[in-house]
Amino acid sequence: MEIYGYRVPAAAALIVWVVIWEIVGRFDLLLMFPPFTEVLASLPDVIGTPSFAEAARITVVSYLAGLALAIVVGIGIGLLMGLVKRADQILNMWVNIFLSAPLSALVPVIMILFGMGSPTVVATVFMFAVWIIALDTRAGVLHASPSLLEMGRAFGASRGQRLKLILLSALPEILAGIRLGVIRGVKGVVIGQLLVSIIGVGALFSLYSQNFLMAHFWALILILFAFALSLAELINRLEARVEYYAGSRS
Amino acid sequence: MNVTHLSESRAHSAPAAGDAARDAIIEVEGIHKIYGGSVTALENINLDFHRGALTSLLGPSGCGKTTLLKILAGLLQPTSGEVRVNGTPVTGPGPERAFVFQDFALMPWATVLRNAAYGLELRGVSLREREERARHYIDEVGLSGFEDKYPHELSGGMRQRVGLARALAVDADVLLMDEPFSAVDEQTRRKFQEDLIRLREIEKKTFLLVTHSIEEAVYLSDRIVLLSPRPGRVAQIVTPEIDRSGDPDAIRRTPEYLDLIDEIWAGLRTYVE
Repeated sequence: MEIYGYRVPAAAALIVWVVIWEIVGRFDLLLMFPPFTEVLASLPDVIGTPSFAEAARITVVSYLAGLALAIVVGIGIGLLMGLVKRADQILNMWVNIFLSAPLSALVPVIMILFGMGSPTVVATVFMFAVWIIALDTRAGVLHASPSLLEMGRAFGASRGQRLKLILLSALPEILAGIRLGVIRGVKGVVIGQLLVSIIGVGALFSLYSQNFLMAHFWALILILFAFALSLAELINRLEARVEYYAGSRS
Repeated sequence: MNVTHLSESRAHSAPAAGDAARDAIIEVEGIHKIYGGSVTALENINLDFHRGALTSLLGPSGCGKTTLLKILAGLLQPTSGEVRVNGTPVTGPGPERAFVFQDFALMPWATVLRNAAYGLELRGVSLREREERARHYIDEVGLSGFEDKYPHELSGGMRQRVGLARALAVDADVLLMDEPFSAVDEQTRRKFQEDLIRLREIEKKTFLLVTHSIEEAVYLSDRIVLLSPRPGRVAQIVTPEIDRSGDPDAIRRTPEYLDLIDEIWAGLRTYVE
């Protein structure tokens, strides 16, 4: 971004919003918004409490469990869809429905199935993340160069070795799917916990809002945002490392 | 120069007298290939390919030359007919045949060395031995110093050299080359063709080359099989007698080379017009 010939980093836009937030807070214009500085000041307060440590632990554990499950199952479904035409015809519609459906509406159903605890949150993360991973894996497999697969056959590759060729060809798309899955998974873990609301971050959110600790409430949101963005950035780095061959495919 | 015109009934008759002494490494008998039940790509192909020779399959696009090559490679199944390599019927790809692809078919995530060694890797050759052999052939195709580069760091011509090194490294009897120079620019192609002549003297393998370039076929081949399009049939077999021992550039000025190009063009132009 350039303003009057000066190069300004894109993050500068955030500062404008922070200033507006601060003004709104200072003059008590909106009930929900304490000044931004107050939110920052309550950050250590939030992080320091033992209930936050417990909430963070339970959140991270159920998030990682759900995500791991989604990656394994998502890549599996995607491979199946990319390789077997029949499976694709059967699954494609369902995967697309789940991808665009408002999954939050399903969480109560999941809650009935898995109870009011971590399993529900794991299942929610899984439901949020798995479909995009499956679809991107499918796209990657379908994009794999036919002549590369022919090459594998011509030089006597076994089934397993040909599958490895396909997986490595699809790796850029699979990673893109995982990156989107990571972000969707954060939504899943928050929505799951909010609806269950007696464990993890969800419990904290109810605690803060019921006691009208708005500064704490916003501080927790900031932490969650930072968590999701840094995870996505991490996957981005990983993607950049394999990008060299995404570009050379023709 | 020796030109054999073949009518359909004589399609399987003995080729030119000079070739009779050579034994056939690949025998093609009555190959038909029909796509989707209606499109006839190849019709009644009967051919022998001679051990140690370079044979070109030449024809306009749509004559089924790549289809025929892929059937020989075992990558496609003929609708009817049989291919025998060293007397054994072909049912799929085999270690005695190696393929060079038109679009190189290199693994973009692997280095030149690993790509060149891939055929050996699939056969379970130990890392040390396969890298040693791959290095030898990388050197032979003129790519030494590029072992640790990735395909996207190489030009088209260099990528195809990797494809050639990979095919040579598995030590197959026959190299099947599907328009190997068509995705390469003209200057590089000429250099590549000259290198191929030199490589043939070292390697003593049987080469099958699919091409749509008359010049390329005449420049490189001991024998040219002309295919006619829709349906693909053997139209003519030409045996260029060109001395390739001297300066590779001088070949392009010999009268035999130039006359034969004209003659083949005269035969092919009817299919193009």
